[in-house]
Amino acid sequence: MSIVIAPLKRMFESRRFERNAAFYLLLLAGLGYVLIAVATGQMQYLTLDNLVSILGRTVALGITAIGQTFAILIASIDLSVASLISAASVLASVVMNGDPGMIVPAILAVAVLGAVVGLINGVLIAYFDVNPLIATLAMSLIIQGILSAFVTNFAGDVPEGFQVFAYGTFAGVPYALILMLLLALGAWFVLRHTRFGANIYSVGGNPAAARSAGIRTSRVIISAHLICSLCAALAGIYLASRLRAGAPWIGADGVYDLESIAVVVIGGTVLSGGRGGIWGTMAGVMIFSLLDSIFNLTGVDAFVKQVLRGVIIVGAVALYSYRSGRIAA
Amino acid sequence: MSLAPASEKPGRSRWAQINPVYFVLLALLVLIVLQNPRFAEPTGYMNFLKRAAPLAILAAGQLYVIVSGGFDLSAGSLITLVVVGSSMLTNNDPNATAWVIAVMYAIGVVVGCVNGLVVTVLRVPSLIATLGMMISLGGLSMMWSGGSPRGYLPDTFRFFGRALIRDVPVIGLLPIAVIVMVVSGLLLWLLMSRTNLGRMIHALGDNPRAAQLAGVPVLPVRLSAFVVSSLSAVTAGILLGGFAGVSTDVGTGYELQAITAAVLGGAQLLGGRGSVPAAIAGALTLQAIFTLLNFMGFPQPLRQVVQGLILIAAVGLAAYRKKQGAG
Repeated sequence: MSIVIAPLKRMFESRRFERNAAFYLLLLAGLGYVLIAVATGQMQYLTLDNLVSILGRTVALGITAIGQTFAILIASIDLSVASLISAASVLASVVMNGDPGMIVPAILAVAVLGAVVGLINGVLIAYFDVNPLIATLAMSLIIQGILSAFVTNFAGDVPEGFQVFAYGTFAGVPYALILMLLLALGAWFVLRHTRFGANIYSVGGNPAAARSAGIRTSRVIISAHLICSLCAALAGIYLASRLRAGAPWIGADGVYDLESIAVVVIGGTVLSGGRGGIWGTMAGVMIFSLLDSIFNLTGVDAFVKQVLRGVIIVGAVALYSYRSGRIAA
Repeated sequence: MSLAPASEKPGRSRWAQINPVYFVLLALLVLIVLQNPRFAEPTGYMNFLKRAAPLAILAAGQLYVIVSGGFDLSAGSLITLVVVGSSMLTNNDPNATAWVIAVMYAIGVVVGCVNGLVVTVLRVPSLIATLGMMISLGGLSMMWSGGSPRGYLPDTFRFFGRALIRDVPVIGLLPIAVIVMVVSGLLLWLLMSRTNLGRMIHALGDNPRAAQLAGVPVLPVRLSAFVVSSLSAVTAGILLGGFAGVSTDVGTGYELQAITAAVLGGAQLLGGRGSVPAAIAGALTLQAIFTLLNFMGFPQPLRQVVQGLILIAAVGLAAYRKKQGAG
């Protein structure tokens, strides 16, 4: 026994484990999925097409989580993404209103909406010292309130030409999935290979030191929130295209605010900022999606599924935090 | 309020040291009376206090976790679990109320302990720990009721939320819910400001490392903060069960309202500062704002907008005052 346990124990205690824990978890989830598919004799779920469809379901959460990673890396957080997703989906669909000629103006309008929300979040946090949790929570209430005052049902109409965004495929891979992966690649490049990315890690790791080193911390904070909100707006556009109309409840229904935070944290980005990265987040998104698929394969009751989900989120985060030695609050 | 910062300049008037939430609450109450004079009669303001009671109790409990440096997002779903679970357990039997309430408080202790242990032993940030608890408790409520809660709570259970004592001298009538609010508020206030536990919770939230080095037993202190919060959620749930029917979304959003109320009362997020009376005043303020908007005929969604704006203003103002105090 000790032959197996000793190396495992060493791996668990090594520093590298923490950096790669998300991928070990992903491997575990993938393995679990395959084992359960084989054990229950549902081999038809082990095809490449099925893998693509599992990934395809992650697009909205994935895009949102890429943005949320930026917010959490600077030790902030964004609770307004869910409401923004709803607002973006409604705005896109209402501006398009079935007219293919209005696709570009609609996307521009949503981009402006996302930029304004991100800017306000960032300014409140950076210049007015409002706690990020409260600033973005309040922003979420404001967006959802205004939205619900105008729209209570499906709104607008997405023209056929734009539904391609959610339903079109290239060589069997959905466009939206390709877009998400490109976005992740871009985010990785920005975070790892640009000065802006280095600034993000500095500001998140130690804002006072970053300021002393001459980094304009306020600008970094505002930019991170801009990116976060723009990603949420994009997720909203995707969902409008997928539902063929805007729905004012779509963001809240998907719990994108809390799920995106959970996914980022499971991916190894720490809530206190300055440590983590995009690929961990992507792994986190896929872990969530695989878990859902495992639950579906085993036919677990929807409510039991929810209970397990809560336990798994806490368990996965505990995997990192347990050995950190920090006092959590 | 009770913790006036030491940097307070001696020249500042005593008025400036009183927590602004009390003035805001007073102004709002005056505005409501101007809008609707009947609010000044016992039926008016007692009904207001009764409506506000669950949030006030919840905010006072949430304050313990906030002062200790964390958040308790599981409070709302615990309220739901209490209402749904009580309706399942009592099964329309009026004699079951006593033991069902005992079971609910036991569940509250367990939930609080689990939250506290996950945060202290597993070192998971409370935001995630209680978020996980919130999701799991939501699932448990659905499992317990099979997705569609049925039946009513017996009148003996609804007594706490619904009953009134009539013919009380001076004030005329007194809802039981208001008595529950005053008693729990007093208890929580004494526990926070007159005991070592309260001081240790403050110390822990202010600087956990320093508190630990000074000999504060981190685990029991943090555990008690979470247990107090959960017990207040159970109390709020029992009151809410008396107000309205049984449903799986009774508690939805209450955790955020409680945090809002505590913040309106000047509690400092991430710990170290806060007062129970001010948090209760914050809850009453929030309820007063909703009442006022209701009188003025605002539609429900716009209330959310106003709640958001007030939240930003309150926290922005607190940050501004802190900056001024430091400079």
